[in-house]
Amino acid sequence: MKIQIKNGRVIDPKNNIDSKLDVFIAAGKIVAIGHSPEGFAANQIIDADNLVVCPGLVDLSARLREPGDEYKARLVSELQAAVAGGVTSLACPPDTDPVLDEPGLVEMLKHRAKQQGLAHVYPLGALTRQLEGKALSEMSELHTAGCVGFSQANAAITDTQVLWRAMEYAATFGFTLFLHAEEPFLAAKGVAHDGEVATRLGLKGIPSAAEALALATILRIAQETGAKVHISRLSTAEGVDMVRAAKKQGLKISCDVSAHHLHLTEHDIGYFDANCHLKPPLRTQRDKEALSAGLKDGTIDAICSDHTPVDDDAKLAPFAEAEIGATGLELLLPLTLKWATEQKISLLQALGAITESSARILGIPAGNLSINSDADLCVFDANEYWKVCPDTLKSQGKNTPFTGLELAGKVKLTFVHGQIVYQQKT
Amino acid sequence: MNNPQLDRDGNLKHLLSIEGLPKRILNQILDTAESFVGVAEREVKKVPLLRGKTVCNLFFENSTRTRTTFEIAAKRLSADVISLNVSTSSQSKGETILDTVDNLIAMHADMFVVRHAQSGAAHLIAKHVPPHIHVVNAGDGRHSHPTQGLLDVFTIRKYKPDLHNLKIAIVGDVLHSRVARSEIHALTTLGVPEVRVIAPKTLLPSQVEKLGVHVFHDMEEGLKDVDVIMMLRLQNERMSGAMLPSSQEYFKTYGLTQEKLKLAKPDAIVMHPGPMNRGVEIDSNVADGKQSVILPQVTYGIAIRMAVMAILAGGSPLVPAGDAS
Repeated sequence: MKIQIKNGRVIDPKNNIDSKLDVFIAAGKIVAIGHSPEGFAANQIIDADNLVVCPGLVDLSARLREPGDEYKARLVSELQAAVAGGVTSLACPPDTDPVLDEPGLVEMLKHRAKQQGLAHVYPLGALTRQLEGKALSEMSELHTAGCVGFSQANAAITDTQVLWRAMEYAATFGFTLFLHAEEPFLAAKGVAHDGEVATRLGLKGIPSAAEALALATILRIAQETGAKVHISRLSTAEGVDMVRAAKKQGLKISCDVSAHHLHLTEHDIGYFDANCHLKPPLRTQRDKEALSAGLKDGTIDAICSDHTPVDDDAKLAPFAEAEIGATGLELLLPLTLKWATEQKISLLQALGAITESSARILGIPAGNLSINSDADLCVFDANEYWKVCPDTLKSQGKNTPFTGLELAGKVKLTFVHGQIVYQQKT
Repeated sequence: MNNPQLDRDGNLKHLLSIEGLPKRILNQILDTAESFVGVAEREVKKVPLLRGKTVCNLFFENSTRTRTTFEIAAKRLSADVISLNVSTSSQSKGETILDTVDNLIAMHADMFVVRHAQSGAAHLIAKHVPPHIHVVNAGDGRHSHPTQGLLDVFTIRKYKPDLHNLKIAIVGDVLHSRVARSEIHALTTLGVPEVRVIAPKTLLPSQVEKLGVHVFHDMEEGLKDVDVIMMLRLQNERMSGAMLPSSQEYFKTYGLTQEKLKLAKPDAIVMHPGPMNRGVEIDSNVADGKQSVILPQVTYGIAIRMAVMAILAGGSPLVPAGDAS
């Protein structure tokens, strides 16, 4: 099968390409960009006039809820959501039920995901058994089974001895740790940023210091052990400063921000909007500005969707009892574009944060349009607005703080291995 | 964002919190309550304003005083009253809040009076019910207890009619107190120029000054020249642990004694939302002393709750919103 995508605006951050070019695909690979290879006879020609053609998006954090939480979402629904959002590769955290701490579970998940033939799934293994923060998981075995890194999801490692050993052990094999920086005692039972809004609404707060303290511990141990650490979902201005300093010091640190935190603050909780019950909590305007600035200057490497589908009933409870999380896979692209428009950032740079950067962090061959790479692509209309509502989302999780908002950026076509896996219905 | 408490004409639809309510609504409730104070002294302690309506007291958290006063208030308005202690029935069987509410709607309840241990519970129910049903928050977590806040300002108005010239101190566990939050919003909205909070740092929420209060950590300083002292209840579970070392030390530093009361204006009044911990936050001889208005607070609580329910159930004919003084 040979495909020619013509007249599109090709944006490939890794190769610094942003111009109107044709893309040539054969046998699931990108064979040429610009000029047709000799003797190329396309079976299918796709006209992408007025559309952007970019690498399929790579999401650093998307919960698929399998195994164990199928009532919240299913692998097939969430992988359909992924490709409908232009996401062709995603990393999923290990907080499933059972926890991804057994090679067999990882193999099964990989296998089931592969059967769908939609987006590629790259599991993050549990860093400690049962995510309990006590005993190390079989990292090497898990890696062989398909884990691209190790994570504690939202659980913390309170014992610094264990954290130290975990980093040393991971560093032995060159594995990356994906850690969420939140000091669990200060954050205990907290549900919102410890500030003005939590005080007004009578919600238990999580102080910014909870992130700074955890980060200080992680960075210090990373420095001692030489471990590669990725900080998931940074939320505070102070956190951005700390990561910036650590990078300057030469630590092997990377980090991401969730699309929610680029656009929302504590004030968006309004009158107890349970869709804004997120981890980490939405913080202040100042934090939001600092996250944006950090993303702009490269301190923050990538944007993740933090896709966490929950069932509707789980949000129909008082704020603190409502389950944490929001759907996100289908919003990653439009929210990134919105950020770029508001901050006057080029599409080339903005798309880098959801393609090339995230692929580099995961160490996977994706997120670019280099010749001979897998033809995983996203074709979208950057100027078409669509309204976020339950009907327009494929994910089984319909809850998002952005419900009712009109966003620009509509995915038209998604390719995985040169196959069309999603096409917008006209 | 729509104000969930007001209908499209700006009339009270639900009473969920004091915050977000305009001064004219607060005055409407206070003035309407004024007209109900006399009802209790009549031989027939009833007015027919809620005849044929069903008021449902839905208490997911235990309460004696608040539930009783709401019950009395509804009965004096001639409503039919059902009181449910849900904490001991359906919730323990796994039913959700909204399931419980739906069942009561199916039984044709007209008004819900709700108490819940979680902040935002009353908002959740108000969002869920059909438009003809009204919700009154009788306390949600640490967030709000609007009828308590209203009855407190009603009491203050009775003793100190010129609110624009008062210094008021709220003393104690502001962090966990829905009463304090409601009092602060009521007082600042009605134009009290100086509202103080006095507490150790462990019992104050982050950025409490953003609520428009002056913060004191020392009783001697904070009580100086105040007209009103509003004491807060200290929950048993906070008395020893990481918040406070002991109830004895708390009484010494933040308990209201006759001696400390002397720092306030000579005609200052002392209030407490009850139930009191004598010898922890307040000395018995202050609680029972001549400056105490703690029992009148309870009496006025019924008038306030009558006023709120009357206004919600069709608008009180007595004092229209907007014309209130």
